[in-house]
Amino acid sequence: MRLPCPLCGVRDLREFTVVGPAALKDRPGREAGAAAWDAYLHLRDNPAGATEELWWHGAGCGACLIVARDTATHAVHGARLAAEAGP
Amino acid sequence: MVRLRAESPCAGLDLPQTAGGATLSEIVPERIVSVMPFRGREGDVDTALAAAGLGWPGPGEVVGGDGAAAVWSGRGQAMVFGAEVAPDGAAVTDQSDAWAVLRLDGPDAAAVLARLVPLDLRRRSFAAPGSARTLLSHQPCLLIRRAAETWEICVFRSMAETAVHEILRAMAGVAARG
Repeated sequence: MRLPCPLCGVRDLREFTVVGPAALKDRPGREAGAAAWDAYLHLRDNPAGATEELWWHGAGCGACLIVARDTATHAVHGARLAAEAGP
Repeated sequence: MVRLRAESPCAGLDLPQTAGGATLSEIVPERIVSVMPFRGREGDVDTALAAAGLGWPGPGEVVGGDGAAAVWSGRGQAMVFGAEVAPDGAAVTDQSDAWAVLRLDGPDAAAVLARLVPLDLRRRSFAAPGSARTLLSHQPCLLIRRAAETWEICVFRSMAETAVHEILRAMAGVAARG
C-alpha cells in the first residue's frame, strides 16, 4: 500500500503509522459528560467501505494525515494534512 | 585535567571506501542548524535566510549550493548546512554534533540507494538538488541529492555505524553484479 503524502508525494506504507479513525480529531468538550467521553474513547465504527483514518508520516515529513480509503477494496482515494483540516 | 579530543561521527569506520561504481565517504559540515518557523512566520524566516544568500525551502527543496544550503527536512522544518543563521520568528537549534553526514557518489550510487530506500530515485521523480525524509533500511534519514550522481545521507549520529554497515553491504552487492 502507498499513501499520497501532500508534502512528500506518494510514499511506501513502511514510512507511516496508523493512528486511528479520523473521528479522533473530534474530541468532546470538557463538559460533554461521561457518555460522550465513553463513546470517544471506546466505541469505534468498523466500516466495510469508505473510511477516513489518521496516519502519521513519522519516517517522512512528520505530518499527521487524514487518509480517505476503502477498507473493502483497499483503494486509497487521497490524503490531506490533519493540521489544515480544522480543530 | 582531562583533555577531550573531537572525533567525527564516522571516526574509526574506515571511510572512504569504493566498491564498483560507488564511493562512500564522510563529510563533516562546519555547522548544521535546524530552523522551525513559528506559525505564520515563514515569510520573515525566508527574508532573514535570504540575507545569508539562502531562503526558506519548500517541500523537497534545497536552496543554496555546496557551500551553504537550506535543506527542507520535514513539515515546517529546514536544516541549514554550513552557515551561521539565527532568524527571528523561528525555533533555531544547533545540531552540528547530532548528525552523521555520508556522501555517496558515482554512477552506481542510485542503484546502491535503491536497495535501502523506499523511494523512486529516478531523476524525473527525485531531481537534483532535492531532499527527502525517508528510511535508510530501518532507520530514519534525511536524503539530499546534490547532483545527479552525488547523494548525501544524514542519519542520527548514534546510528552512524549501522548506516555505514548497511550502505557498504549494498555497495558490495551492486559491485558483485558487475
